[in-house]
Amino acid sequence: MTIFTSIPRKLEEVLDARTPLASRRDFLKASGLIVVSVGAVAASVSPLVSAVEGDGAKGQGTGPYPDPDFRQLDSWIVIHGDNTATFYVGKTDCGQGTGTAFRQMMADELDIGYDSTSLVMGSTDVTPDQGGSGGSDAIQRDGWPMRRVAAEARRILLELASERLEAPVEELVVNDAVVSLRANPSRQVTYADLVGGQRFDVSLMGRNVNETTGVANVKPVEALRIVGQSPMRYDIPPKVDGSLTWAVDMTLPGMVHARNIKPPVAGGRLRSVEESSVRDLPGFIRVVRKGNYLAVVCEREEQAITAARRLKTNWEKPSSAPFPTSEELFSYMRAATPTSKFEPDPTGDPEAALAGAATVIEAEYDVPFQGHTAFGPAHALADPSNGQMTIYTNDMKSYGMRVGIAEFLGMPRDRVRVVWMEGSQAYGRTAADDAGFEAAFLAKEIGRPVRLQWMRDEETAWDTKGTAFTFALRGGLDSQGKLVAFDYNAQAADYNHVGYNEVETVLVSQLMGTRLETPNSGRAATPSAMYTIPHRREATQVVSLPMVWETPLRTGNLRDPNGPQVTFASESFIDELAAAGTVDPVAFRLGLLTASTDDDSGFKRARSIAVIRAAAEAYGWDTRPSPKARGEGTVVSGRGIAYAYRSETVVAEIAEVEVNRDTGHVWVKRLVCAHDCGLVINPEGLRRTIECGMLHSLSRALHEEVQFDNEKVTSVNWRSHPSLVHADTPAVIDVVLVNGDPNPDRSDLPPYGAGETVCKPLIAAVANAIFDATGVRLRRIPFRDERVLAELTAAAV
Amino acid sequence: MSEVTLTVNGVTHTVDVDPVTPLLYVLRNDLGLKGPRFGCGLGQCGACTVIVDGVATRSCMTRVARVQGAITTLEGLAKEGELHPVQQAWIDEQVPQCGFCQNGQILTAKALLDRNPNPTDTEIREGMSGALCRCMTYYRIQAAIKRVVGSLASGQSASVEEGVE
Ligand code: FES
Ligand code: FES
Repeated sequence: MTIFTSIPRKLEEVLDARTPLASRRDFLKASGLIVVSVGAVAASVSPLVSAVEGDGAKGQGTGPYPDPDFRQLDSWIVIHGDNTATFYVGKTDCGQGTGTAFRQMMADELDIGYDSTSLVMGSTDVTPDQGGSGGSDAIQRDGWPMRRVAAEARRILLELASERLEAPVEELVVNDAVVSLRANPSRQVTYADLVGGQRFDVSLMGRNVNETTGVANVKPVEALRIVGQSPMRYDIPPKVDGSLTWAVDMTLPGMVHARNIKPPVAGGRLRSVEESSVRDLPGFIRVVRKGNYLAVVCEREEQAITAARRLKTNWEKPSSAPFPTSEELFSYMRAATPTSKFEPDPTGDPEAALAGAATVIEAEYDVPFQGHTAFGPAHALADPSNGQMTIYTNDMKSYGMRVGIAEFLGMPRDRVRVVWMEGSQAYGRTAADDAGFEAAFLAKEIGRPVRLQWMRDEETAWDTKGTAFTFALRGGLDSQGKLVAFDYNAQAADYNHVGYNEVETVLVSQLMGTRLETPNSGRAATPSAMYTIPHRREATQVVSLPMVWETPLRTGNLRDPNGPQVTFASESFIDELAAAGTVDPVAFRLGLLTASTDDDSGFKRARSIAVIRAAAEAYGWDTRPSPKARGEGTVVSGRGIAYAYRSETVVAEIAEVEVNRDTGHVWVKRLVCAHDCGLVINPEGLRRTIECGMLHSLSRALHEEVQFDNEKVTSVNWRSHPSLVHADTPAVIDVVLVNGDPNPDRSDLPPYGAGETVCKPLIAAVANAIFDATGVRLRRIPFRDERVLAELTAAAV
Repeated sequence: MSEVTLTVNGVTHTVDVDPVTPLLYVLRNDLGLKGPRFGCGLGQCGACTVIVDGVATRSCMTRVARVQGAITTLEGLAKEGELHPVQQAWIDEQVPQCGFCQNGQILTAKALLDRNPNPTDTEIREGMSGALCRCMTYYRIQAAIKRVVGSLASGQSASVEEGVE
């Protein structure tokens, strides 16, 4: 059953009162001493009483905002006078509840109750730089320094307690931030008695933030008490009762509103702007233009929207088409000369094996560009007061934004700070956060705080895109139906992949004319499945669209970049091979995996087998080849499986679909996911992340596609770029958390990045289920009704 | 500009704005009610939802001077410190991921349940369909709605009618 421990309802208030940002900076400023001697805790009391900064009452100070020193324990943990603790981490939570998981891990190591802790994340002047979020590595990588510093704090507190209680550390026990004598529990001292409201003044070690450590060891898995439980997410109550202040809600006195005017076509040159068309509108302040970047600033938000719509502009189209139409995209990509190629040496001799195979099948798969299409368009508030610049943003990589904006504006880095606040889901979109740069630029121009928000059509057309792919696959089976050769060829339209808040690649500076000499070329990935295939080749190449800069078809990391595309092709094709050999899809996969565990590949294969078996068992898989004998009814059903790895996390997913033969409509009625990410921090939180990650890929499978003519994106809102809706929701989603480690009870079982792996196999599982139901193989997403119906009709289904 | 009077969460306000201003911006920027949010400005997503006389209404598409009835925003759902049963179910079910859409989800669900306290699964799926979530929390939203329906049926919780103006 669900184990939800209660949390204080007023946590957000507690947090605000506890961590006034200005006093937090003063607290850290004093923290330059290198005091290794444990007994020498300085008696400097933190100035907790100074006014809460950020309420906008007086604008910002002048800075500077030095970087919190990750080698100081005080940068990570503060023990308060009421025997509670606040943790400071350089991460952001994009909605998966990682903040709750950080608190669990740190509270466990510190030996303090979860409810007695609070957490501050991702603000560049008060939390050590851990890079913000990305790559599902929050717990796998960044959780380790958090755990180690908390363990070190506990060690120091025990030494202090040992002096205070005049007893050796070995005779002490800690229970919820209270240290007592094992033999005489009435003799006790609280953490607050020892360091409440004071600095530790203890330096840590490590060449970089990921290596940060003291001398204490983290606890073995069997000693963890809070990790593995499911405390409720602390951020949910204020999101549900309307009391949370999000980045989009942030206001400051004197704040004005801005809206952008984007080029009507990719690569448009701004010839002229008729400011007179808006000058007399109420609230008008200024038109700001630099190169092809154009914005209008007004006193009120709706005034800025109106002015941006009414502003008369004159744009010149580029001399040649910036890209093919979305209809022509795949033939364009197949004919294009690659900008880069990667052809590692094959395993065995695939050509000879294919030539000698009893059965050879070939197939091509296509995946269009798909947008991030964040629910809340890009937004930020920038405050230029007193010669500094503060940006309030939901940028998942707030530290990178700070560096990028300092460079963009030519300001010293220590005069720029970025305050991370909650926002609409990120999934890579806010790793290259245009709005923060734009708001900062406008604020500097205007000299007042500027709040900027993109409009829906702007976001859907111009946000960063998930990469389009084409695939050409060949496979050979021997006379027993065993896979002997696999030839994989992928092309990605991923030239000029947008960087992480890089001043040269963020859209606003492109529009202002900044160029990287050589674009960041992206890449096409290879399948993650651990199948043993004797003859195998995996070649990838990147192609470019004609226009490289100032184009809405700019690629960025979209949640598990490349994984859903690659796994759609590879795991669909594995299913084609199983069907060609008339073998059950689960049995076929298991036949390609062996459970030796003597190396990393073997370790991965053992865990692959475990999740595939667990998924099949949870689903109640009936062993038989696909497709199944089709019924005569209007609605036919089927099931499909796919599996994938990302880093060390492995998942197998099964979809059960109903396909309406008259309309082509696909309903995924049931989903099963068997998921192994090693040590699970918060099982209930993980379940929800898995469910939602699968449904995100389901949305990509059924609905999403960026459409464009040969000068602009034409899918610009929720009608033209549709997304999953309530009616598409499966009736049942089953999540099985698996520990397939060959030594499951080991004390050092690590947690692996859990989130993005689930996005990988889902599209293939759905395609495989549609094949099982209808005998029709769909090789291009999305599976919108009209496309499915056309394929069914063509196959006379 | 002209004076417009609005009753929001039981309090009457007079604001001086252009009468064609979408209600959304008046609520957020003049009255400081940040529950409703901008998602599309096109009536397609539900982020800006408020309840006007029991009807879930898209404030991005509603001119402020046209509003006739009493408005309830997310901030006005809780009564005397007690969360509305729908809000409580959202916490119990741990519905949100990022949470940005949940204003629209919660208010759409409340209006749905006020209209139909015992919806079938199909009625829930269809009744909620205009409220988008890009984190795809649909499965838990539907579970939370069923939780409210279940608790109403067993009489364990206050009436959902309570929150209606
Ligand atoms: S913002 Fe009003 S429906 Fe989307
Ligand atoms: S919870 Fe993030 S958009 Fe719905």
